[in-house]
Amino acid sequence: MVSYVETTALRSPAMWFTANRLTTGLLLVILLILPFVAPRYWIYFAGLLGINIIATHGLNIMMGYTGLLSLGHAAFIGVGAYTAALAQIHLGLPFWIAIPLAGVMAAVIGVGFGLPSLRIRGLYLVIATLAAQFILNFVFVHWQSVTNGDVGLTVQPATIFGVSLNNETRIYYLILFAVVFMTWFVVNVIRSRVGRALIAVRERDLTAQVLGVEIVKYKLIAFALGSFYAGVAGGLLAYFNRFVNPEQFGLLLSVFFLSAVIVGGMGSTLGAILGAVFMTLLPELLREGALQVGDTFGFDIALILVPLRETVFGLLMVSFLILEPRGLAQLWKRAKQKFERR
Amino acid sequence: MNFFIEYSIVGIASGGIYALIALGIIVIFKSSKTFNFAMGEMMMLSAYFFYAATVTYSLGLVAGFCVALAGSIAIALLIERVAIRPMLGRPFIAVVMVTFGIGSIIRGVVGMVWGPNDLQIPAILSRSPVMLGDIFIPGKTARAFAIAVVIVVGLIAYLRYSRAGVALRAAAADAITAYSMGIDVRRIIAFTWIIAAITGCISGVLMANVNTLTPHLGMVALNVLAVVILGGMNSIGGVLIAGFIIGWLEAVTGLMLGTEYREITPYILALMVLLVRPTGLFGTKEIERI
Repeated sequence: MVSYVETTALRSPAMWFTANRLTTGLLLVILLILPFVAPRYWIYFAGLLGINIIATHGLNIMMGYTGLLSLGHAAFIGVGAYTAALAQIHLGLPFWIAIPLAGVMAAVIGVGFGLPSLRIRGLYLVIATLAAQFILNFVFVHWQSVTNGDVGLTVQPATIFGVSLNNETRIYYLILFAVVFMTWFVVNVIRSRVGRALIAVRERDLTAQVLGVEIVKYKLIAFALGSFYAGVAGGLLAYFNRFVNPEQFGLLLSVFFLSAVIVGGMGSTLGAILGAVFMTLLPELLREGALQVGDTFGFDIALILVPLRETVFGLLMVSFLILEPRGLAQLWKRAKQKFERR
Repeated sequence: MNFFIEYSIVGIASGGIYALIALGIIVIFKSSKTFNFAMGEMMMLSAYFFYAATVTYSLGLVAGFCVALAGSIAIALLIERVAIRPMLGRPFIAVVMVTFGIGSIIRGVVGMVWGPNDLQIPAILSRSPVMLGDIFIPGKTARAFAIAVVIVVGLIAYLRYSRAGVALRAAAADAITAYSMGIDVRRIIAFTWIIAAITGCISGVLMANVNTLTPHLGMVALNVLAVVILGGMNSIGGVLIAGFIIGWLEAVTGLMLGTEYREITPYILALMVLLVRPTGLFGTKEIERI
């Protein structure tokens, strides 16, 4: 069996952070001062990007590091978003409790769906998560008394020390903090005993079992952790959009994160970040490109924008899987090696 | 009570098409352990081919169907050659994701070419209702059911008794041994994609006749996953009964709990099957517990 991630993936995320402390620090400084120099739309966009990065980390833990394919990621993000919104509306909890709570709730529900099929190899988990996607979305729409159906819920801005995070810039800093923390956490988890166990389960589960790694336990950990990330992303999304409705968490969003992990490079933390950035930028680029083309040839592109996006998502997934299963992270590494050799 | 029987019969009738779609999925799964998530989109694309042939180019119904069938087979072989064969020997989930991506491509391309609106294909099924005693069955559903069942039974018989069917089972049991015994496993895989294209084309045209034609027609195939799970992933014969059960359950929950519950019934059932009997009703024991 050909593994799609080389074993040095064990070391690469750590190396990426320690060997490049300077680059990382510089990047952080740039991100911190960004709101003072960049236009407001950019900041809004950066916030969205941060949330997508957190969610992609989650799917990458499941899919990239442990080899558990989930088609219900969007629904788990939805669970997080609804939990955060409901915790604020009914319990009046502040965001710094509501968002972790959103993560925990998503993890619990995710494990509930995953538990029966995590014990069996193969397609069953895929189907269970697909079922989760549809059943949870159904709950969001039809549990009127709690979720307010299609109309959704309105969320008040998060407040910290009496400051209301009510515009792009203020919530940007909250998201930036969350992204840095969650990225730091995933890098360290993967370096730890747990992370090595996850990779062992992905590579050769039976061998891992023989060597004393409890497969089911670690699959559960991966699934819980991945869903926790989805829930945190959802909680942030609730405060970011300040409304929650079922439409945000459809199957298309699950496919979006699937392609982000694949395009970025499965089993690479850098890849998850690159993939999330690329996939978030792509629809914007497509829209700009289509607008240009539409202007030149004089036809209305608004109609074909959504299917165009679906086509490009699919094309990227298929071609990366066939041609470069290690994704953008590998392309990046190769480019860097070439540059350093010179 | 009469109402209940009527709903049950209509449900079972719509299950016939599910069985047809499920057969396409299972045949490919048997030959190459590839789970084809693009089945619904292949089916939907065939229906659009039929629409283009009969409405846009105003061919006759038979000629139009032949064109649609040829088109679907060509597309299926293209998918197999370009996207699936390079993935041979790669991890299982990678192949699943490829088929998922292909589904997304087809959905997008169809959306760009034909637009998001409902289209009407020419009626090939008579609307006049069928009466069973004093039970009323809508004409299109009854006829679609009859066609689907005839084709499913025919294909099952063909796969059981023909040389190709035996070769398929040999390849499914042990691909390497089958290969060394002179069975061209690659051709068998291509052959199963052709079968899937045929069942997809027929079910697509029938489905578009009973409902209307939209790019989301293929989503029905996701309900069919429950059929595949219930019948057993490697049981060709199980699809028919599983299809009836799912169709019936959908109709009955729709009647008892409200139509909105129809859409999640198959998934809840699939979860229950996973919990209680992961092999499905008729699948052989190939479950790898760990």
